[in-house]
Amino acid sequence: MSATIATHVNGAPVWYDHAGEHHPPNSTMLGFWLYLMSDCLIFAVLFAVYAVLGRNYAAGPSGADLFDLPLVAANTALLLFSSITYGFAMIAMQARKKSQVLAWLAVTGLLGLGFLGIELYEFHHLIHEGAGPGRSAFLSSFFTLVGTHGLHVTFGCIWLVTLMFQVGKGGLTPPNRRRLMCLSMFWHFLDVVWIGVFTFVYLMGVM
Amino acid sequence: MGAHAHDSHGHDDHLDGEQDFHVSYKGYATGFILSVILTAIPFWLVMDKVLANPKTTGLVILGFAAVQMVVHMIYFLHMNAKVEGGWSMLALLFTVALVVIMLAGSVWVMYHMNANMMPTPDPAAMRGM
Repeated sequence: MSATIATHVNGAPVWYDHAGEHHPPNSTMLGFWLYLMSDCLIFAVLFAVYAVLGRNYAAGPSGADLFDLPLVAANTALLLFSSITYGFAMIAMQARKKSQVLAWLAVTGLLGLGFLGIELYEFHHLIHEGAGPGRSAFLSSFFTLVGTHGLHVTFGCIWLVTLMFQVGKGGLTPPNRRRLMCLSMFWHFLDVVWIGVFTFVYLMGVM
Repeated sequence: MGAHAHDSHGHDDHLDGEQDFHVSYKGYATGFILSVILTAIPFWLVMDKVLANPKTTGLVILGFAAVQMVVHMIYFLHMNAKVEGGWSMLALLFTVALVVIMLAGSVWVMYHMNANMMPTPDPAAMRGM
């Protein structure tokens, strides 16, 4: 494809990475952003399913019967706080303060686990009440949408713990900083999706 | 990786894309405060039933959600037209277009399909099915 660019006149290949200059831009962040956009499409499909099926109660309970808004508000607060604590970790990373990065990551992880704990409690409570995913089309689409978001948060937490070990062992090296930046985008992206969930599913569901 | 093995001439271990990612307390604090306000108002509107018409409330809180998503994009995801030479923004706009078509199209098509269904004889007969 780029044979004319990648070789010298005498035919010897140019090693951009070793030349020190002309080093091709690192495209990890753009690639990760494109992954997030594709993930956004997954959520868009699930939102569309919920928009279509969300009022098909099959004579079962509706959102107004089931949703506990103070609990949802607590969950929203946890996720929002975890966004700003991750932001503090990024600021510490910029200042190359490893112990602060680790501390803020730990706080973020705990807030994420708190979010998951409340969500699991809510799911358990709903299923216990007989309002499980098999009850109606509304509940099937609800569990699929909210559960997919929760699964993303779970993997975000696993990734976060992995990164804490990597940063703890290797320090704030360029690869570790790149990983922290990717997780930052992932984590904030999940908070953006949650805005859609609490507005469209919970708040509009109880009206 | 070894890509940085050439870093013998002493410059800071620079990471491409990091200059797009300059973060500050001020940016995160602004985003956080705006988000708290934009989250609290919809919860208040719904929990205290401030507006008489639920349809109006629905539209208003959807508006708040849209604004809050933009706030998160700018202050937390550091999105602007210059990141990655504009490619991130282009990908975002393309995704937003797809999402709007998919959501609006699904709701529109399925609403008309529901409207054209045969009438159900008696909703009470559906109970317990």
